[in-house]
Amino acid sequence: MLKKIASGPYLVWILLFILIPILMIAFFGMVRIDPETGNYFFTSDNFKRVFEGVYLSVWTRSIFIALKATFICLVLGYPMAMILSRMDVKYRTIAVMLFVVPMWMNFLLRTYAWMTILGKNGVLNKILTFFGLPQMTFLYSEGAVLLGMVYNFLPFMVLPIYTVLSKMDNGLIEAAEDLGANKFNSFRKVILPLSIPGIVSGISMVFMPAVSTFVISNLLYGGQYMLIGNLIEQQFLVVNDWHFGSAISIILMIIILLTMAIMNHLSGNDPEDGGANLW
Amino acid sequence: MKKLILLALAMMLLVTGCAGEEKGQVLNVYNWGDYIDEDIFEIFESETGIKINYETYATNEEMYTKIKTGGTKYDIAIPSEYMIEKMIREEMLQEIDLSKIPNIKNINDRFMDLSFDPGNQYSVPYFWGTVGIIYNSESIQEPIDSWSVLWDEKYKGEFTMMDSQRDSIMVALKELGYSMNTRNLDELEEAKELLVAQKPLVLAYVGDNVKDMLISGEASMAVVWSGEASAVIQEYPEFKYALPKEGSNLWFDNIVIPKDAQNSDAAHAFIDFLCRGDIGFKNADYVGYATVNNETMKLLDPDLMDTTYAYPKDEWIENFEIFNDPGDFITEYDRIWTEIKAN
Repeated sequence: MLKKIASGPYLVWILLFILIPILMIAFFGMVRIDPETGNYFFTSDNFKRVFEGVYLSVWTRSIFIALKATFICLVLGYPMAMILSRMDVKYRTIAVMLFVVPMWMNFLLRTYAWMTILGKNGVLNKILTFFGLPQMTFLYSEGAVLLGMVYNFLPFMVLPIYTVLSKMDNGLIEAAEDLGANKFNSFRKVILPLSIPGIVSGISMVFMPAVSTFVISNLLYGGQYMLIGNLIEQQFLVVNDWHFGSAISIILMIIILLTMAIMNHLSGNDPEDGGANLW
Repeated sequence: MKKLILLALAMMLLVTGCAGEEKGQVLNVYNWGDYIDEDIFEIFESETGIKINYETYATNEEMYTKIKTGGTKYDIAIPSEYMIEKMIREEMLQEIDLSKIPNIKNINDRFMDLSFDPGNQYSVPYFWGTVGIIYNSESIQEPIDSWSVLWDEKYKGEFTMMDSQRDSIMVALKELGYSMNTRNLDELEEAKELLVAQKPLVLAYVGDNVKDMLISGEASMAVVWSGEASAVIQEYPEFKYALPKEGSNLWFDNIVIPKDAQNSDAAHAFIDFLCRGDIGFKNADYVGYATVNNETMKLLDPDLMDTTYAYPKDEWIENFEIFNDPGDFITEYDRIWTEIKAN
């Protein structure tokens, strides 16, 4: 009984701020307004439009760049997490802190900072010209967007992997080594499989914001590189087509759900496992 | 997840906390970014005791969408002519009582009673200007006088376009020799093709930050509103502003009172305040746009007269057009703009 009462506020919260908004988005996505009568009518036009040629290229562009960013984060993040987890406890807290501190700064500010670094007369080009090298274009390119994503989302990859690695029973690794496994084999057969839950939650935590971001692409590619997030933003804020915007949002949600389901399946873990499974 | 929820809760508390009771009168002003000298707020507050709550937008469309969606209570907004026409049509504006605005006598007749608001029932002139090309004459030697430079391979990555639907489509329509108020779908499609073809050459689509990009050397040419050019040129004389020979946009921004306004009297007082010669001068001096006010005109630097960027001669802008509201056809503009950006 007490349990039921205690869960009440959460249920109300879920209903008010999660369920109803999602239903509203779904409704908006499925209807349009008849310009003559001003009434809603059901139509699949919004969803059909999502799969038109121009917009399909926006989808593939968004998904590919998000995959690239996730992959780079994984390649950079895993060794980083490993180094952190192997550190002497004395320094470890400080090292983890240093990793987290930039996240306390405003996300926009961090991205703006890259604009002044990458700009035509920015810090990087100043260094290049100082050494007599030719100026290069960094800003307003796909590379800049990718860099922005990796920079902003890397901690989301490192932290869950770090949590798993630091909790890992050292005895297992010692056992593997006692049984004759070299460093590489004990990593491949023991550490890596055991850290998969961390990798999986890292991947979903990077992929999700990367596939739906609109700020990074707006700032670092100057508004001409449209990702799915930019398309949604434009539909709501500029052209006032909430119906098309809602249809895109629904499809995006489905894609994210699917990737999460696939990831969960790959990790072979049931959600009860807890630990690093933040989602 | 739990942390996220906590964070969301904390933010809600903050937001509701801030929106709490405020004593005395408050005037909610919704304006373009960088389009007023914020120092005048203090003058207004000390003279009237009305506190100003200030918010900004980057495009007419953004302003329209926000007010149309509802839930806002802006007492003042400053849209351009075509948007005023649309907002009048959709009954989003309150009528303005000109008898409460004695300083209206300062406004030049040229800017009163224009076709988008006959008799100024709903709006009072604020600034006017043009759209043109600003360029750094040190890095771009040839004289610029045409939109066609924006399709010239040699300026690849050197210039920016406006992140504003109708202004950017206008550039392409004018380059093609069409009216920027076209309701011909074929012409719009042609404009789309032209802008899509131009995309690889464009450095960025930008809003208010264009001035910084020009000054820092990030871009050497840009499509801008005349006042932005004026602000840059007065500090950095190496910049020049060209009025393209194919014609361009001649625009008027007027002050309006949205339907949802809660403080109509204060709004009238503020409009009257803005129409004062000295306030108009402070404002014009800060934002760089061309004033509509005869009294302000007398205070201005005579060097600004007959410049392309501030007060152009009439014959320079003879073939310029004024935007009108395309009515329901705007959905085609919306679609074209979405497709251009998505490509």
